[in-house]
Amino acid sequence: MAAMIHARLKLARDDFSLDVDLQLPGRGISALFGHSGSGKTTCLRCLAGLERATEAYIEVNGEIWQDSRREHFVAPHQRPIGYVFQEASLFAHLSVLANLTFGYKRIPAQLRKVSLEQACELLGIEHLLERKPATLSGGEAQRVGIARALLSSPQLLLMDEPLAALDGPRKREILPYLERLHSELEIPLIYVSHAQDEVARLADHLVLLEQGKVQASGPIAATLARLDLPLAQGDDAGVIIEGQVSAYNSDYQLLSLQLPHSDLQVRVAHEPLAVGMPLRLKVQARDVSLSLGADQQSSILNRLPVTVSGHRPADNSAHVLVSLDAAGTTLLARITRYSADQLKLHAGQSLWAQIKSVALLG
Amino acid sequence: MPLDASDLGAIWLTFKLASLTTLILLLIGTPIAWWLARTRSWLRGPVGAVVALPLVLPPTVIGFYLLLALGPNGWIGQTTEALGLGTVVFSFSGLVIGSVVYSMPFVVQPLQNAFSAIGERPLEVAATLRASPWDCFVHVVLPLARPGFITASILGFAHTVGEFGVVLMIGGNIPDKTRVVSVQIFDHVEAMEYLQAHWLAGAMLVFSFLVLLALYSSRRGKSAWS
Repeated sequence: MAAMIHARLKLARDDFSLDVDLQLPGRGISALFGHSGSGKTTCLRCLAGLERATEAYIEVNGEIWQDSRREHFVAPHQRPIGYVFQEASLFAHLSVLANLTFGYKRIPAQLRKVSLEQACELLGIEHLLERKPATLSGGEAQRVGIARALLSSPQLLLMDEPLAALDGPRKREILPYLERLHSELEIPLIYVSHAQDEVARLADHLVLLEQGKVQASGPIAATLARLDLPLAQGDDAGVIIEGQVSAYNSDYQLLSLQLPHSDLQVRVAHEPLAVGMPLRLKVQARDVSLSLGADQQSSILNRLPVTVSGHRPADNSAHVLVSLDAAGTTLLARITRYSADQLKLHAGQSLWAQIKSVALLG
Repeated sequence: MPLDASDLGAIWLTFKLASLTTLILLLIGTPIAWWLARTRSWLRGPVGAVVALPLVLPPTVIGFYLLLALGPNGWIGQTTEALGLGTVVFSFSGLVIGSVVYSMPFVVQPLQNAFSAIGERPLEVAATLRASPWDCFVHVVLPLARPGFITASILGFAHTVGEFGVVLMIGGNIPDKTRVVSVQIFDHVEAMEYLQAHWLAGAMLVFSFLVLLALYSSRRGKSAWS
């Protein structure tokens, strides 16, 4: 049986109620995504045992952490988790090294899966060990916080908006480290965020929370591409594609990427990368335009033959959101209603999608 | 030598009393302060008020009630008699009990402020790093509350040294048993021995000033209470 995280949580407060049933994969990064007040942090705190939902059933990898029907509750310090808070929350009275080893020292040696050297190398903090937390920058402190959580060799890593307290450059400083965690460690990670770009970059599975309820839950690519969710309405709306480097044109410095399970390719100006390397791409709905013909006379690099699979009015009545099938890969396009009428847009229609820009997410 | 043997005896007794009182107060004040800083019980208000009473009551009032409670007919006195300990009024033990009550807020309040200032987060972090509540208290709370403990110890000690009314009510004036410096000064003044009163009073003044100087200088920009 595949490892699974199952959390059924019910809790009511004066101004907020939570009622969710989460089934998350036991590997990869699952994002809990929603506005502030949607209950994502409360879910995470319940998983950690920092908060106790009135009615709850929490099972992780076959172990039951809470079952309110049997009055069963595993205390937070007895749950094999790692928790990264929004602020790094390092212990001010301890050095970086002592912060790092705080959890490490408290687990039996045979359960230690991550070594100090490994964690330091992974997060690039070897040079900070002797320092006191007060002397670290926000980004450094958060990297220490992440390493500290890793060093307690958790079976489940929980991160509560670890980048939200940081400014843009600091965020960009940490994101690559989080991606490394993703690719180099086997620990499942639940990542709470309200930033769509972070989620698009990191998550494999997406849970959309709204006012204490699960609005959608599924693999990231499929969930982001759903027209019926508010995600598709936002300015940031777009799809994630798990592509693969297929060629490099050094003359024009263009990288070719193959879409999954198809011969379709997109090209993007980039430094050379090894052929076969998997890469995550984002194509924003507003960067996709539609035309009836292939229209080779254009500066637009990427043109793909697509079939219209659905459409829906956007949040303003001037635009229409169109869902497109490009040989199995879903794309979203945000076009004006006028254009939709000109194209006589309908499901099943064959069109060409012109993609103005493709973002590589690393 | 301007200080005679009875003066030195009084100083030694005062030092012993203040040290023992501070030690006991740290032991019992810590859990009380921790509870006051963390509880959501309705008892928090009443308990906090009782602890703070010595701040506003005249020492004679505290002394009076302690005298009744510790005396042969009081409930503490009867308990101690039943245990074969005799009554503790007019003894050093009685003074220690009185001082503990009298100086309680000076230890509990700085500790309570220090515990509150730590907040919830370090405790949550410690729990997610596998520290049990006790482990967390010892390795996270105590070190983070260190300035509070220093303030509490200094204030508890100094306030006990400055005690007079309670001592007079329950301790009387027995040399080497209950005659502390403040009582000794009172005796000197009564007996018109102003020179000796000067020496002792001056020593108290210098001591108190130095203690407070150390306290306020060590906490730049912060209130001595938090």
